Amino acid sequence: MATSTADNPTRNYLNDPRGVKSWLFTRDHKRIGLMFLCLVTVAVSLGAVFALLIRTELTLPGPTVTDSPSLYNRFFTLHGAIMIFLFVLPAIPSSLGNFVLPLMLGAKDVAFPRLNLASLWLFAFGMAFFILTLALGGVDTGWTFYPPYSTGTPTAVTTAVVGAFILGFSSIFTGINFLVTIHTMRPPGMGWFRMPLFLWGLYGTAIIQILATPVLAITLLLLVVERTLGVGIFDAKLGGDPVLFQHFFWFYSHPAVYIMILPAMGIVSEVIAVFSRKHIFGYKFIAYSSLAIALLGFFVWGHHMFVSGQSPLVGMIFSALTFAVAIPSAIKVFNWVTTLYKGAIDLSPAMCFSLMFVFIFGVGGLTGLFLGSLATNIQVHDTSFVVAHFHYTMAGGTLTAFLAGLYYWWPKITGRMYGRRWGQIAAGLVFIGFNLTYFPQFVIGWQGMPRRYYDYELVTDIPFITGWQIISTVGGYLFVGGVVFAAVGLIRSLWTGARAPANPWGAATLEWQCSSPPPSGNFDQPPPVGDCYVFDDWEYDEEKGYVRVTKESEDVVST
Amino acid sequence: MPHDHDQTDGPPLAHHFDSLQQQFDSARLGMWIFLVTEILFFGGLFCAYAVYRANHPAVFVDGHHFLQTPLGAFNTCVLLLSSLTMAWSVRAAQLRRRGTLVAMLGATILCGLVFMGVKAVEYRHKWEHRLVPGQARLQYWFSDEHDPNGVEPPKEFLPDREYIREHLEAAGYTDLTDEQLDRRVANLRTFMAIYFSLTVLHALHVLIGLGVLTWLLLGATRGRWTSGHFTPVDLVGLYWHLVDLIWIYLFPLLYLIH
Amino acid sequence: MNETTNPTNEKPGAHATGGVAHVADPRVLLAVFAALIGLTALTVGVSYFDFGGLNIFVALGVATVKAGLVALYFMHLRYDNLFNSVVFLTGVAFLGLFLGITLLDTVEYQPGIETFQESQLK
Repeated sequence: MATSTADNPTRNYLNDPRGVKSWLFTRDHKRIGLMFLCLVTVAVSLGAVFALLIRTELTLPGPTVTDSPSLYNRFFTLHGAIMIFLFVLPAIPSSLGNFVLPLMLGAKDVAFPRLNLASLWLFAFGMAFFILTLALGGVDTGWTFYPPYSTGTPTAVTTAVVGAFILGFSSIFTGINFLVTIHTMRPPGMGWFRMPLFLWGLYGTAIIQILATPVLAITLLLLVVERTLGVGIFDAKLGGDPVLFQHFFWFYSHPAVYIMILPAMGIVSEVIAVFSRKHIFGYKFIAYSSLAIALLGFFVWGHHMFVSGQSPLVGMIFSALTFAVAIPSAIKVFNWVTTLYKGAIDLSPAMCFSLMFVFIFGVGGLTGLFLGSLATNIQVHDTSFVVAHFHYTMAGGTLTAFLAGLYYWWPKITGRMYGRRWGQIAAGLVFIGFNLTYFPQFVIGWQGMPRRYYDYELVTDIPFITGWQIISTVGGYLFVGGVVFAAVGLIRSLWTGARAPANPWGAATLEWQCSSPPPSGNFDQPPPVGDCYVFDDWEYDEEKGYVRVTKESEDVVST
Repeated sequence: MPHDHDQTDGPPLAHHFDSLQQQFDSARLGMWIFLVTEILFFGGLFCAYAVYRANHPAVFVDGHHFLQTPLGAFNTCVLLLSSLTMAWSVRAAQLRRRGTLVAMLGATILCGLVFMGVKAVEYRHKWEHRLVPGQARLQYWFSDEHDPNGVEPPKEFLPDREYIREHLEAAGYTDLTDEQLDRRVANLRTFMAIYFSLTVLHALHVLIGLGVLTWLLLGATRGRWTSGHFTPVDLVGLYWHLVDLIWIYLFPLLYLIH
Repeated sequence: MNETTNPTNEKPGAHATGGVAHVADPRVLLAVFAALIGLTALTVGVSYFDFGGLNIFVALGVATVKAGLVALYFMHLRYDNLFNSVVFLTGVAFLGLFLGITLLDTVEYQPGIETFQESQLK
């Protein structure tokens, strides 16, 4: 019976086997995913501290937190580098993706469990390098490590870059694992177009991880040898070409933003369908648009370089292609909205965060068009408009979707139900806090407030800018407070929450057909594969959560 | 790790796979994807090469005089031979011929060592004339005259100008003024930066390959790969062929320039 | 397609591998090796002729034929799942994209740099 293990909830992947060693050397994708979850939580907390330091410094003109501009440079560099490399890149694929992907396929593990463990270890190792960077006094180049500044500055560029290099390998290993698992381990009956949309998101992500990350690796390696040995590929003083570095860097780092957003979109597709209790609208369009985003994402990197000395011809090509990426993103938004239409919407915390994602990502996506257009880009380049746009997509997008996914799969991961009200309040706080933080930055950015500036005494119209900066700082604390509130509500449930049934949401994807938390081997027998967005077969039962009520075939038995 | 395999002969089937075919196909697909990441990893350097070659062809015209084409050609043949023996190793493992497998893996390792030996001779020659990028800094750091406050190394650590002048004269560039020579020294520095980035990264891959091949050889002498479990030999083979494949491009791009 | 996945196939070695993989024919391996050495000699030989700007394309063409032989026969792509070839070619295509656009841009902005450098010299 597919659900027989639900009868014996005492033995699961969390306690079988026991011992620290069984965790450190585990090959179980669920444990690896959970450890990734812990590591990225540490990282996001660290990043948030730097975020608040930046925000507080900018509240008023002149020195606020520190009177050292170079220390401020380290704040924003560390905030950016930690958040990008240690949080938004791995947050969804390596933690939630690792946990859910084999379960969604009805499989026992990913294709290469040892490689998966190596990915975790490399991640921890890379993270250690970032901690070392902190101990050495930080780094002040901005997370982009542009030469020639990065080849000359005395701060700890080398350790940070080596850290990012190692994290790249972690990312590549996860990508290889996901791609192969999705290719070769889909169960009989699950064709490509019967796969849950989260897997399509992860598939697109894996493509980018594999094709783009190696280029970052070689870029960082060249940067290190340039810094230490003076091998001149990028530094003009040594006979190199700094614009070449930017091509190298953005060939990875632009597609990388789709590593951050594609799995987020996958989560939202799952959650919106389940909590509208409606079949997802336009399945194939959402699936294909994931692939389209993954591939088109490789054709637009030059839009980061419009004012960097890139040639006008290539600038125009990149600008035109940038507009094209908006199409598949918009297709997704239309399909989500249409799924909601006339649905039986349940505003559970996961749903609240997903709806928030659609709104915030919409704003972020539309302002991206301003930046993709050559003329307006020159006006707002390197202003807080860019900061706001970036955070609307990455913080408002990836972070809210990450929280949506965490609320959605929390009962599966921990076996506990959380307080629904806590989650809803957290969602409200995050929504208000987030928009208060970043909307003002669109306004002042449009007025010319530069990004990465320690002070703005020389900017015109100080009272106007200051007013918005104060709102932004207040919003920042509210935003962080909301996320902390969410975390407290979830962690609290570990002790106070009711035991979670196998399927608390009435979802039809396969991960809900094993017990919560799942046993070490996931499934005793391969679960029956059906349409993962047909919810009519599931009905609510007070004790057991949602149970299957219709028989698809002879061997499907509901307990 | 629990194995659900019911045969004593042949490769073990991991618990999360349904069939040996699925396991084998997954392993090979995973390896191919890894090779793609390797292609793009080297791709950055190939891109740097292309950009400099297109915009500053003089860098390569001046630079290639300092490479020894016969050694490069010899090394190309050695690596091709190692690819043949590697392919033969895979065949031997598949057909469960332990003796052939050991011999062929041994031959592959030998070829790899010869390749590295020739490479060492070439690198040594560059080192003697201080043409290795970063050499000045390294030698200066480890010399007695090292001044921690001095930013740039003094002249005697910089490239051997007289050697460069003589060498260029032998190649037909007579009566170079000091200014012209400066320009060619700068060109040579850029060429060597690209040459060493590409070949050192390649040599590192050869070294890693040699390490893995040694592990295979040790297993082969105990018959680990000749009882049906030939996948590791197959995968290492793919890696080794890719290293060869990259050299197939490096050789004409670096050594054969006119 | 993979010929030896068919269990009734009586090719030598098909049984030994459990039918999951293709076993290379030694004559093919030797022929490919001979061709590779021949092409190496060819590429060295033609490098002594001056074709103007075409030299690099001749060299790259020969290298690509060699690489193709290695991939198809030594790496078994010819007998392998088609998808592995797709993976390989995708990698090459994206390298081409990266290289192509970067090259296009640097060639476009280079005259600007040269004009600037000349103006500095005056």
